[in-house]
Amino acid sequence: MTTRSQKYLRGLSYARYGYRYAAPFMIIFLIFNFYPTLYTMFIGFTDMRGVGNETHLLEEPFANFIDMFHNQTFIDSLKNTVLIWIMNFIPQMSLALLLTAWFTSRTSKLKCQGFFKVVFYMPNIITAATIAILFNTLFGYPRGPVNELFTALGLQTSSFDFFSSKGASQTIVAFIQFWTWFGNTMIMMISGVLGISPDIFEAADIDGANSVQTFFRITLPNLKTILLYTLITSMIGGLNMFDIPLLFNNGGPDNATTTASVFIYQLAFKGRQFFSKAAAASMMLFVIIGILSAVLFWTMRDKDAIAAEKLKKEMRKKWKQESRGV
Amino acid sequence: MARKRSGASTGFTAFQYVVCIFIAIICLFPFVIMLVNCTRSSNSIMGNAISLIPGTDLFKNYKVFEGKTFNPWTGFVNSIIISVGATACTIYFSTLTAYSIVAYDWKAKKAFFVLIMCVLMIPGQVTSIGFYQFMYKIKLVNSYIPLIVPAIAAPATVFYMRQYMIPSLPMEIVQSARIDGAGEFRTFNQIVLPLMKPAMATQAIFAFVASWNALFIPSILLTDKDKWTMPIMVSQLAGDSYKVEFGAVYLGLVMTVLPLFVVYFLLSKYIIAGVALGGVKE
Repeated sequence: MTTRSQKYLRGLSYARYGYRYAAPFMIIFLIFNFYPTLYTMFIGFTDMRGVGNETHLLEEPFANFIDMFHNQTFIDSLKNTVLIWIMNFIPQMSLALLLTAWFTSRTSKLKCQGFFKVVFYMPNIITAATIAILFNTLFGYPRGPVNELFTALGLQTSSFDFFSSKGASQTIVAFIQFWTWFGNTMIMMISGVLGISPDIFEAADIDGANSVQTFFRITLPNLKTILLYTLITSMIGGLNMFDIPLLFNNGGPDNATTTASVFIYQLAFKGRQFFSKAAAASMMLFVIIGILSAVLFWTMRDKDAIAAEKLKKEMRKKWKQESRGV
Repeated sequence: MARKRSGASTGFTAFQYVVCIFIAIICLFPFVIMLVNCTRSSNSIMGNAISLIPGTDLFKNYKVFEGKTFNPWTGFVNSIIISVGATACTIYFSTLTAYSIVAYDWKAKKAFFVLIMCVLMIPGQVTSIGFYQFMYKIKLVNSYIPLIVPAIAAPATVFYMRQYMIPSLPMEIVQSARIDGAGEFRTFNQIVLPLMKPAMATQAIFAFVASWNALFIPSILLTDKDKWTMPIMVSQLAGDSYKVEFGAVYLGLVMTVLPLFVVYFLLSKYIIAGVALGGVKE
């Protein structure tokens, strides 16, 4: 009896409620997430095609994986995915950082910030499928709004067929991606900057740092966590890019905008329905994403956390010395 | 000296405004073209694609959809059913899961939280092959269950709810409810849920938009035209039957975007605040 009441007092008897309330998440996760992941892996070792057909385990278990490894279209689709992601990510980060620096500057306050934030974020909320088709129509050939605009501005002498140019199609897909995400990145960074302790900025002011120095020496190092978070989520999203490349130009021309997800989709759900090969490709993509996330996490996180901590300490030390001096 | 400096900074401020306005125009331009052109005839768009003067062919453009697979009304109703269902599941169960982590001490708690953080990194699409085959085997193709029920396990929302709950739910309140004799489940529903309302509202918007915009999984699961969601309907506009019907394509896009525009302009303040919360460290 005593032990029981003691347990009750320590709140241990409530533990079962913890398990009970975490159960729905766990059960649904196991059924709709974990099992399908294992099943996808299993399908990679079979000869599954279409649905409802008889399926056998392959005699050579890794045949699908080896096949995919030598499949030029798959390799190209991985290269396209990475290329398009980088073409979107670098300008996206640069613009978001520039706007963050402007919007959080303590020397000059821009007006209408609320309006700009609402407008810049807006593309992010619109259905990607709609945006892809909208851009497809805007870049219409031979006559479309963009062709008309570029010709009127003198950027080109006659209509340009964006859809049959590999580089143009990749650039446009990257641009759409950039266009839909820079507002989101910007707002996250602004709130990150606002979360930095004002003491550090004051210390920098006292030391006579100008706004450019403050941005690169104080703001950026303190934003590392958010930069890392943005980098990882953007990379996972980028490597899974699907709606926009599929609907903008159907992965073309000549597979130039066929991303890994589009490739897997077309392999499994179009034409000959090679589920087994698509499963193998999925798992390879899965492993790539896992490795890249882990690498990013470990290379960026440790160093920078330590460096930022050091900088903070130094700044604080300086600030203390200064205040003592005064 | 001081004058010189202020002159330069005025010039710089003007430059900042010019850049911001230019970016704003790039953000709005596609939507403006879309809204204007949906009222113009395909012929007039062919002749002059950029115009700020609306035409009079809205109904003519709408007639093009008759007898074709693009049916925005069906898509709208289906998307509402799925998105509302999925949002309700995500919000309620994520709060419950977060509560289980915040309010109770149990052995596997830490491991469970690490699991949630790991699942956050797994993108849904790479496991879609197994997911589809599994749904086919248990005869859930063309059903909304695989689009609604999995929303119960939403790791990002659980994470957010936990972050929000730790500072805003004093355990004293839970304790006093216990002393008053309220059951644990009742305490959660009648005391914890109301306290979590602001967080739930923010997350509801994001869950709704994410579900509304999803294309990959719905498009592989739903083969029955009467069950198609809005994004699947939109994807039909990329087909050959609309190659020359520019006005109709613009109108179709407008019809799919209009509900999102309404939601966004009514709730933009909360949406921006919600995104900003994601950027706060730790």
